[in-house]
Amino acid sequence: MDKTINNKAWFLVLPVFLLVAFSAILPLMTVVNYSMQDTFGNNQFFWNGVGWFKELLDPSTDLGGRFLASLGRNLIFSLAILAIEVPLGIVVALSMPRDGWTVAFCLVVLALPLLIPWNVVGTIWQIFGRPDIGLLGYTLTSMGIDYNYVSNDLDAWATVIVMDVWHWTSLVALLCYAGLKSIPDAYYQAAQIDGASRWAVFTAIQLPKMHRVLLIAVLLRFMDSFMIYTEPFVVTGGGPGNSTTFISIELVKIALGQFDLGKAAALSLVYNLIILIVCWVFYTIMTNAGAERRPAEGGA
Amino acid sequence: MARIDLVDLAQSYHGNDADIESFALKPVTMTWRQGGAYALLGPSGCGKTTLLNLISGILTPSRGKILFDGTDITHRTTRERNIAQVFQFPVIYDTMTVGENLAFPLKNRGVPKAEIDKRVAEIARLLDLTPDLNRKATRLTADAKQKISLGRGLVRSDVAAVLFDEPLTVIDPELKWQLRSKLKALHRELDLTMIYVTHDQTEALTFADTVVVMHDGRVVQSGTPAELFDKPAHTFVGYFIGSPGMNILAAEVKGREARIAGHTLSLARSYDALPAGAKIEIGVRPEFVDVAEPGPGLLDANIERVDDLGRIRFARVRVGDVKFAARLPAGVSPQGSAIGLKFNPAYVHVYADSRLVEGA
Repeated sequence: MDKTINNKAWFLVLPVFLLVAFSAILPLMTVVNYSMQDTFGNNQFFWNGVGWFKELLDPSTDLGGRFLASLGRNLIFSLAILAIEVPLGIVVALSMPRDGWTVAFCLVVLALPLLIPWNVVGTIWQIFGRPDIGLLGYTLTSMGIDYNYVSNDLDAWATVIVMDVWHWTSLVALLCYAGLKSIPDAYYQAAQIDGASRWAVFTAIQLPKMHRVLLIAVLLRFMDSFMIYTEPFVVTGGGPGNSTTFISIELVKIALGQFDLGKAAALSLVYNLIILIVCWVFYTIMTNAGAERRPAEGGA
Repeated sequence: MARIDLVDLAQSYHGNDADIESFALKPVTMTWRQGGAYALLGPSGCGKTTLLNLISGILTPSRGKILFDGTDITHRTTRERNIAQVFQFPVIYDTMTVGENLAFPLKNRGVPKAEIDKRVAEIARLLDLTPDLNRKATRLTADAKQKISLGRGLVRSDVAAVLFDEPLTVIDPELKWQLRSKLKALHRELDLTMIYVTHDQTEALTFADTVVVMHDGRVVQSGTPAELFDKPAHTFVGYFIGSPGMNILAAEVKGREARIAGHTLSLARSYDALPAGAKIEIGVRPEFVDVAEPGPGLLDANIERVDDLGRIRFARVRVGDVKFAARLPAGVSPQGSAIGLKFNPAYVHVYADSRLVEGA
């Protein structure tokens, strides 16, 4: 086939290029520019090369220490919420009704937390957990449990994790429910005839059929929780001490609190890079999982 | 191994108190004998899948009882019945190999490992799946998957009956023949009761030794393919089985004579006691009506079109206002459209309100 050469087509793509340039490339380049310099206010900048990046990866410096510590907290947080939300979401999806008016009811109730803005979620839990006026905090305190998320590291972590579970388990549950609904009845009937136990039905049919939506759920929840900022900022402000200071909170402190634009720029570039890499890994896993199934689907 | 008796079995999807006419399966009493090859034939929505699901226990009947070898199993679960069922679309456990798929029903029932291996090997041999035993089942073609679904049913040695719910729908025509002969061979080898649901008469007639025809939630006739062909018990059976279907004509029947569209036709038997007020029709298969040159004693008709099916030709003819199909014997090529119709009186049946009336 002869290829038609028509350079006018480039003009049609031009608006998109311009848009992307203004919205993504130019701001990103500004950040790259900052990350190579140091500033002492008065809009004066001094060249620093890759100095910030070196410091960032060196735990003995102030910047590196803070970055690596918050990175560790981020990873622990993401793993913790995944370990809770994924199994919990599956359980919720499995216990949802398959038909009738209760389906719509359950879907609406599950969707409610997803519709609440992040800072409102934070505020809700901030008040909910207060020992003096919050329902949760007051109840726990009157039961004799010493709960105070303002002063106790563990309590602060528990609050932030429970809050995230409350906010986002619905998403996992809804995705799993969609996966479950797509399983034809014949599978369950065949399993009955094959004498499968409830657990065997779960491992042999439901889990394999949910495999794709689960990957999507894990990817979405990992990305989102890795970038978390608003809720812990509203509830704990990163404290007590630095115990719930995640990378994004650290970043805002450096950029807007200390006005260290160079350090903050370097940090945000590395942060961005980590997310990109994780994204790519997940994407590769997912497309490979898809390719593995394709020949079979072609046959059917 | 079992005889299956259905006693007054009925199923309603609108509650037990609903009008009997709205039942998906109207009350039916019948026996499926051990080792029989049955086909359950009928158009979509006639209740054949409902009947099948009642036997396998996926549905619990609104009324009536199901007996296996005389034991009432109506309220036993599917797990507790010794039934295997193959569905319209292949059901495969994705994560397992072919061998693990076949072993699954035995593993669930706690059969010892050595016994499982023996049964799986035997069933794989019967179904020609031995080379694929260690492959992932998802990678196979649709017909191989359907064989696995079937194998999972056969692998249990205690199976009383194997139920097939239109199992060849997703299979290529070429492979359909192979799988169907495989089923026939398995039936001979394993001495199992097989019930095969289909809406395809060729499939039903080639597979089964007894064909059960269903229409609108009722079993209208059950018999050998020859019985269904020669003596349909219901006009629906006549019309549904055969290609083209039976000619059904409104007629007035008196004694040994039938009058259609002003012409008189003599009958082989005498019909004196026809129910009063019933809709009387006569039915005759196109195969038993021959086209001939017009002549005395023949029914006058006009030929409209000839369908040449290769080995046999059918003429579409018109008697007065009534349309009709008739056989065009080899060597007959009518000049012009006026022809005569020669009936074989032994195969002309009389129906009152769609049901066959036996003549005297």
